[in-house]
Amino acid sequence: MAILEVKNVAKRFGGLQALSDVNLSVKENSVHAIIGPNGAGKSTLLNCLVGKLIPDTGSVMFDGQSVLGRAPFEINQMGISRVFQTPEIFGELSVMENMMIPIFAKRDGAFRMHAYETVANEKSVVEAAENMLEEMNMADKRHMNAASMSRGDKRRLEIGMCLSQEPRLLLLDEPTAGMARADTNNTIDLLKQISDERDITIAIIEHDMHVVFSLANRITVLAQGTPLVEDDPQNIRGNPKVREAYLGESA
Amino acid sequence: MFGLDKKDTSLLIVVALLTLLAPFILNPFPTDSGLAQFNAGYPDLMQRFIIFGIFAVGFNILFGLTGYLSFGHAAFLGVGSYSAVWMFKLLSYNILPAIALAVVVAGLFSLLIGYVSLRRSGIYFSILTLAFAQMSFALAYSVLSNPKFNLTNGETGLQVYNDDPQILQGANAPDLPHLFGLSMRSTYTMEVGPWAFDFNAGYYVCAVIMMIAFYLAIRIFRSPFGMMLRAVKSNQQRMNYTGLNTRPYTLAAFVISGMYAGLAGGLMAAMDPLAGAERMQWTASGEVVLMTILGGTGTLIGPVLGAGFIKYFENIFSKINDSVLHGWFAFLPDGLEDAVVTIIHPFVGKGWHLTLGILFMLVVIFLPGGLVEGGQRLAKWIRNRGKTEDKTSGKTEPAE
Ligand SMILES: Nc1ncnc2c1ncn2[C@@H]1O[C@H](COP(=O)(O)OP(=O)(O)O)[C@@H](O)[C@H]1O
Ligand SMILES: [Mg+2]
Repeated sequence: MAILEVKNVAKRFGGLQALSDVNLSVKENSVHAIIGPNGAGKSTLLNCLVGKLIPDTGSVMFDGQSVLGRAPFEINQMGISRVFQTPEIFGELSVMENMMIPIFAKRDGAFRMHAYETVANEKSVVEAAENMLEEMNMADKRHMNAASMSRGDKRRLEIGMCLSQEPRLLLLDEPTAGMARADTNNTIDLLKQISDERDITIAIIEHDMHVVFSLANRITVLAQGTPLVEDDPQNIRGNPKVREAYLGESA
Repeated sequence: MFGLDKKDTSLLIVVALLTLLAPFILNPFPTDSGLAQFNAGYPDLMQRFIIFGIFAVGFNILFGLTGYLSFGHAAFLGVGSYSAVWMFKLLSYNILPAIALAVVVAGLFSLLIGYVSLRRSGIYFSILTLAFAQMSFALAYSVLSNPKFNLTNGETGLQVYNDDPQILQGANAPDLPHLFGLSMRSTYTMEVGPWAFDFNAGYYVCAVIMMIAFYLAIRIFRSPFGMMLRAVKSNQQRMNYTGLNTRPYTLAAFVISGMYAGLAGGLMAAMDPLAGAERMQWTASGEVVLMTILGGTGTLIGPVLGAGFIKYFENIFSKINDSVLHGWFAFLPDGLEDAVVTIIHPFVGKGWHLTLGILFMLVVIFLPGGLVEGGQRLAKWIRNRGKTEDKTSGKTEPAE
């Protein structure tokens, strides 16, 4: 069963055809990687899925419903959470507050005027946030300012924030870009654990082949805005077309 | 207490004590001493401390929490004043309906302006609010004041005339703003030796209302809603991708702060039944920005301190003229006395803006957290004196 179905999507920036004829289907509970050289259109495609960009043509269906024309917050409320290339967290807020906000958003929807209650008295939210911090191994950092954490911890926090909403689809845009090897391996382990333990589909854009082959059970190769091949990891490894697309890059 | 944690409860109690005892605290100098002119405990000024405190506390809910800097909040203050005076003209001099209408009308007006202005953020938002406020000023000053349709009474300002309907004004009710018969001007002066302390009904009405407004602000700061507003300031992108719609959050904050401004405007009219367009000028909008930053943006007590500080300067420093200076420096030889007075002259009297400007610059540069940060540093320094080896006490307190 496909949870995400992309059909004939095209996107043009001025004279540049960033995406054309993109067809993609992501199976429920799979880890689907989208790889491709720099400038292939991977981020553009992801932005079309989350409401940041609207494709010129084609359709994007999530769980049988179209996401096109919806605002990012509406698409999130449908069950898609997104992790950014550089961690996007609430830097000035505490780690605990960072974790509570997505839980409030899940419970109360896009807006609620809960101005007279007290955060500390929202027992169910506090508890859920504490559990998720525990799971992310950062319970000891709960009072810290999120901005003062290391890059790896920020990434962990961001993933935890997304997970706390129990999304059906988790999208990640190069989650290990610019990370040291140790942090990269930690992130791989975390994502593996997430896909094993949870009822969740993961779509990951990645440049690092080590990450891709450690995680994915399905891979789409994007080149110049069009999918080149879609296959299982073992078949992608030896595919000459893929090697050519990367042209000497570490495939 | 009142659903607040220990720290917030003590803050509330301290503020309550300071406002209740203000007539004593602000009048430390005997009436006939040379320093009496530094006394600020007269009703007029005390009322202004409180009213501008409310204005700044509300402004801080928008600016301090969401980071949206409005340059047009005086418009809501002005609208509040006009609404209150209209209530005096149509109904009676009872201040309750006047203040209620002031809050409601300012709320509706800010809903309109906020709805449009919040389509942009950053400097564009600020410019939009400024433009709206200047338009409101122009409307109040001339457009809405013509013989056919006179809503604001233009340059003269809106006031109550003998032939106004005042349909609910009782025969024995005071001919001035009152609360169920208690005139806002009634003052009891308590004389203790050479000291005199004024207890004014209007001041205490303002004080009680400010305590309620301040309490509600604490609740908002500690609520999930308040946390969302701080999240807006921190990262709107993350908010959107977390399923939160930032627009209604910012609009709600805008309207709440507009209602605080309207409340302040209504109280101003309740203390002195007059409303003029100059209350909506951009300088008045800028003043509340200064108060908030000077006191400590995003802190609870900061805006109140900032408001008090600026109003004290405006009313006390501005009264120091050359003859007062000559009085102070009379002990110096004549030539030197004149020289000293000449040097100080530009900074006092009409030049009080200059001193305030310098102080503002110093605070922004050396105390970015405003007076609240100054107070925290001072407290830390006092606590750390004598126990310099104790490293643990060096950790910074979260700003309150
Ligand atoms: N908002 C935009 N406006 C114009 N061109 C863009 C925009 N976003 C991406 N592009 C261009 O589209 C192409 C694909 O970019 P992107 O999707 O970021 O590639 P990838 O993530 O695969 O490296 C690049 O040539 C990029 O310069
Ligand atoms: Mg990219």
